[in-house]
Amino acid sequence: MISIDVNGKTVEARKEEMLLSALKRAGFEIPTLCYLEGLTPTGACRMCVVEVEGVPGLVPSCAYPVFNGMKVQTHSKRVMVARKTIVELLLADHPDDCLYCVRNNNCELQTLAATLGVREKVYQGKKNKYKIDASSPSIVRDPSKCILCGRCVRVCEEVQNVSAIDFTGRGSSTVVSTAFDQGLNVSSCINCGQCIMVCPTGALREQSYLKDVINALKDPNLHVVVQHAPAVSVSLAEEFGIKAGTDIDGIMTAALRTLGFAKVFDTSFSADLTIMEEGSELVQRIKTGGKLPMMTSCSPGWIKYVEQFYPDFIDNLSTCKSPQQMLGAVIKSYYAQTNGIDPKKIFSVSVMPCTAKKFEAERPEMGRGAVQDIDAVLTTRELAELIRLYGVDMNGLTTSLPDNPFGQRSTAGKLFGASGGVMEAALRSAYFLLTGTEMAELDIKEVRGMKGVKEAKVKINGLEIGVAVVSGLSNAANLLEQIRAGRNDLHFIEVMTCPGGCIAGGGQPFNANTDAVIARMKGLYKIDKSEPIRVSHKNESVLKLYKEFLGEPLGHKSHELLHTKYAKRQVVQ
Amino acid sequence: MLSTKAQDVLKKFPDAKRDSLIPILQEVQEADGYLSKQAIIEVGRHLKLSASKIYGVATFYNQFRFYKPGKLTIQVCRGTACHVKGSAKILDTIKQELSIDAGQTTKDGLFSLEVVACIGVCGLAPVICIEGEFHANVLPENIKNILDSYRKKVSQDD
Amino acid sequence: MININEPKLNIPLKEKDLSKTYFYLGTGTCGLGAGAGETLKVIKKYIADKKLNAEVLEVGCIGFCTAEPIMEVQLPGKNRLAFKRITHEKVNQVLDGIFNAQPDFDQTLFQMQSASQSQKWNNVPMINEHPFFAPQTRLVLKNCGIIDPTSIEEYATNGGYKAIAKTVSNYTPVEVCDIVEKSGLRGRGGGGFLTGKKWKFAQGTAADQKYLVCNADEGDPGAFMDRAVIEGDPHRLLEGIAIAAYGIGATKAYIYIRAEYPLAIKRLEEAIAQAKSYGLLGENILNSGFELNIIIKKGAGAFVCGEETALIHSIEGKRGMPRPRPPYPAVQGLFNHPTVINNVETLANLPEIIEKGAEFFSAIGTATSKGTKVFALSGKVKNTGLIEVAMGTTIREIIFNVGGGIEHDKKFKGVQMGGPSGGCIPNSHVDIQIDYESLKTVGAMMGSGGMVVMDEDTCMVDVAKFFMDFIQRESCGKCIPCREGTRRMLEILKAITRSHRNETHNQALERFKGIMNLQRLANVIKDTSLCGLGQTAPNPVLSTLRWFRDEYEAHIYERKCPAGVCVELLHYRIDEEKCKGCTLCAKKCPVDAIKGVRKAPHYVIQEKCIGCGNCKQVCPFDAVIVE
Repeated sequence: MISIDVNGKTVEARKEEMLLSALKRAGFEIPTLCYLEGLTPTGACRMCVVEVEGVPGLVPSCAYPVFNGMKVQTHSKRVMVARKTIVELLLADHPDDCLYCVRNNNCELQTLAATLGVREKVYQGKKNKYKIDASSPSIVRDPSKCILCGRCVRVCEEVQNVSAIDFTGRGSSTVVSTAFDQGLNVSSCINCGQCIMVCPTGALREQSYLKDVINALKDPNLHVVVQHAPAVSVSLAEEFGIKAGTDIDGIMTAALRTLGFAKVFDTSFSADLTIMEEGSELVQRIKTGGKLPMMTSCSPGWIKYVEQFYPDFIDNLSTCKSPQQMLGAVIKSYYAQTNGIDPKKIFSVSVMPCTAKKFEAERPEMGRGAVQDIDAVLTTRELAELIRLYGVDMNGLTTSLPDNPFGQRSTAGKLFGASGGVMEAALRSAYFLLTGTEMAELDIKEVRGMKGVKEAKVKINGLEIGVAVVSGLSNAANLLEQIRAGRNDLHFIEVMTCPGGCIAGGGQPFNANTDAVIARMKGLYKIDKSEPIRVSHKNESVLKLYKEFLGEPLGHKSHELLHTKYAKRQVVQ
Repeated sequence: MLSTKAQDVLKKFPDAKRDSLIPILQEVQEADGYLSKQAIIEVGRHLKLSASKIYGVATFYNQFRFYKPGKLTIQVCRGTACHVKGSAKILDTIKQELSIDAGQTTKDGLFSLEVVACIGVCGLAPVICIEGEFHANVLPENIKNILDSYRKKVSQDD
Repeated sequence: MININEPKLNIPLKEKDLSKTYFYLGTGTCGLGAGAGETLKVIKKYIADKKLNAEVLEVGCIGFCTAEPIMEVQLPGKNRLAFKRITHEKVNQVLDGIFNAQPDFDQTLFQMQSASQSQKWNNVPMINEHPFFAPQTRLVLKNCGIIDPTSIEEYATNGGYKAIAKTVSNYTPVEVCDIVEKSGLRGRGGGGFLTGKKWKFAQGTAADQKYLVCNADEGDPGAFMDRAVIEGDPHRLLEGIAIAAYGIGATKAYIYIRAEYPLAIKRLEEAIAQAKSYGLLGENILNSGFELNIIIKKGAGAFVCGEETALIHSIEGKRGMPRPRPPYPAVQGLFNHPTVINNVETLANLPEIIEKGAEFFSAIGTATSKGTKVFALSGKVKNTGLIEVAMGTTIREIIFNVGGGIEHDKKFKGVQMGGPSGGCIPNSHVDIQIDYESLKTVGAMMGSGGMVVMDEDTCMVDVAKFFMDFIQRESCGKCIPCREGTRRMLEILKAITRSHRNETHNQALERFKGIMNLQRLANVIKDTSLCGLGQTAPNPVLSTLRWFRDEYEAHIYERKCPAGVCVELLHYRIDEEKCKGCTLCAKKCPVDAIKGVRKAPHYVIQEKCIGCGNCKQVCPFDAVIVE
């Protein structure tokens, strides 16, 4: 530890850390724009500049290492003028349409302008005007609102190893764009939406399907049903000022009913269904010498990533559809049949923590003929918007239970929301399928937590199964490279596109720091701890569905409805 | 498809790493006259870099063109010495004479017009350079003659 | 400490055959630009026609651009005699003269000794007596324009590569750093950091690989020192690189050079191949165990790549955007290895320093700035060209002695130094001496050596606007103050020079608001930008504001451009006495702003006039007055 002097106060700092982290730890409020925890500091925005005695210019605290005896001024007049000028300059090239912006009241630039007391248009000049790119089913880009902080570029490259976007051009005509400024839809974008999560302004947002859902709800000829993903109930609370990680499943269900959905189903039910199929598939592959390691297929960003960059691993992917699509498929088949509703009259909505799910729902293989499994995907954020739009008072609702036949779930299904959850649920059931007995200890601690790469060896019937859990696609890419290079001790790999899993998905509430994501994760494990049915193969409704409709896992009907195929994909990469 | 010339360039750089990117782009441009979409994608594959990265690098530097250039490229120097000696008028005159802007090619495909920061012949300002040939101490009234001499040369060659 | 085992260079020396006639022609880029290519053809034809026992040597640029193409003739036993402006049509006549022992002395420039006993010409000054060359001290440019740059033998004959031989056999790397530090050599690329000191950071950092990078990305518009040095004396640079690489312990060196300099690149490629063939590059140089390979990297056109970290990114194949420092390149640079980046002139100084010793070098110059400085003298001065003067020389000596004064004997207004990052020195400070510290006191900087002379017809607001335009186009776009700030500064300057006819009421108000903010904005950009380019970006404005405030005020308050440059602020008027009513101006006016009847004086309707100047151009009677 060394000590530095900040505004006359002595502050402890770790050797070789950047000044900003020391300042933050000591409780100093330093505004930032381009800074992103965990990624390379670029020192681009200059918002975090401070005065350091003996250094001629102002220094960016995010990229300036501390040294012993350093004397720092964080809010001197010089610093304040600089910060304010920077915001004024940004606003001079920003469309003044805050009132119409998706990020109104939730925008870092807006907040900074307010905090720094910008009350006047100081510079009036030419503004860059760019076309909005709405070509992608998941993400909308509006470069006019971009302040070129580069957070999206770094996330896309460093976290996801995709690099669909980069800085193009130079100087004041720099734009964050795709290759040849083409639409995101033809780019190598995997739709994960992590760029949206780090964007400080409204330059990146999800493609909204709210209008379609509202129109459907108004349409008396449509039977509108909704499902919600495991991660949503532990995240939505934040949108309404409730502590991060609080599970508001019952209230959310009540809210969805109030909004007018005919049925409220739980995607965790189909997560259990996925486990039945995927667990069986794993057992079958192991027993019959099928392609190993098997890799999960629940995360649509990951699927597109493999199709584009690692097509030689397509056969390793589980053929199971994701829980969203499985539920969509049984809603428009089993549920439609048993309730005598024409599948074409069903409008099936899903609420997801994810933007890639919007893309997944539109994949041509996700339906039968003109009937798509899912008709509209909303993000957690869009659901909150819908609730506010309809004036539903979340505090005045009494909890409500989801609807049958797809309302019951095990806690294993709920774990799908966090990295390692699919693995844990699958192992619990695979153990049962192979041995006929339950695991003595259901908690598999090695695969839990926020780490990007987790590995474990599990012994079942004398067979040692090697498993790996990765989240964040650069971690996945590393693992694939290891396998390409000959690594062969793995049988089953869970991949989630977003770091930490769906709880940190691209459709989740903004302003969540790592602590909030950890709280969401804890919320899921708390549910797992507190309920009796903890394995998918004991979900009564799932068993009933097999008995009445599907037959058996990997059976003919399952193949038709619950499994799919992937193929090499040509994009501009 | 990638032009054979550009393919040959890639063959010259087997096992190339990222630091070969700019030399490769330079040679591809020399071979094709510009950087086509296909060329950028292929260079990306060759170096295992995303097309957006290659495009990002290429658009950063003044040298790279993304359109097919004319037969003759006119470079107008806009360095300080040339500016002080009236290069703005020279540029305007050429623009008028050819009815194009900097960065464009004439309709007949004969001339492309480029503005360069400094050719480094400041002692002879203002300077323009046509296909590598320098014209020193240029005056606006000489422009037409200079361009005509090239027009004549090309029509003779054809 | 003289090592008796100092390795012998095995380069054959190239003595001139004194019975032969030699022609020397400057065929550097400036020479070619002035027409040396055609001249060369005619000379060769002349030799063939007359069956002369003669050889033509193409040399680099001697630096006297206004006199290009420069042809020198060395008759057997006589001094080299230089002729100025020998375009192709003059060749035969001039050569006839000299071969008939009656050279045309109106065309001669200077003479220089060609052999120890060579005979002088009468009536022609020796090169060191010529007013352009006399005030100069040429170390870096010593060989430029004198020797054949394509011949390593000629370089060796003139003492070349002795310094590297001495270095590898007599000194340890640390000793080399010491000598260079003691010489007082400071970086010639702009910053002026002590070169030996910079080397020591890299020398002292342990690493399995270190790099030396030669920055030849001469991006300043108005500077061509590096190009001329490389074209005229490439081996000097290579020798300097080898010395530096040895000093810091680098085995790989990069020369990052502008792609716009094809001839310089060609010269370097040839020189590297020659040096390799004589064992001066590659493995085990001169049997010392020292290894060095030099790689040429062509820049792709980005001014910001002159900045060290941006240059590194560019070599690595990335967008040339700077990164925050620390870590400094000397510790963590190219491919994350310790890297020293020196500019061409800095490196070209090294052979002299090693050869003649630190004391020789530090005896030249001032207390803090040692040695010489090369400048590219251009603009409104009679003698434009490449010059090298001892540190401490005054601006007045450079402009009025070397430069021969202002073109057309107009009034000197100021000189712009250091390119876009530099500043202007006004007439009132013309006696300031050239050294790093003095220049800073007047808001200018040494920069890389561009020196553009301005006269009374140069508008300083326009000059500031020119530089802001350059900088905002060349800003990399990474940090906000530079990207957005320079753009707004340019807009404010444009507003100052915009005619009120082209703006609405609101814009006039905005113009004043902008002017009020100009200085504050400039200071923030200076204070917060990421790299040196951004931190110095406002200099052209700050410097002109400081010395030429009255010109700004004339533009702002009187809406006039005193130098008559800012077109929109010009007022055209027709002199009734001179106008003959020929109607030519009225016909050529694109906006119908000139009225009048045939054979009677015409007049300009000010509200309509757009200031294009057509009327002035076409008037046969000089009746159009511009104010």
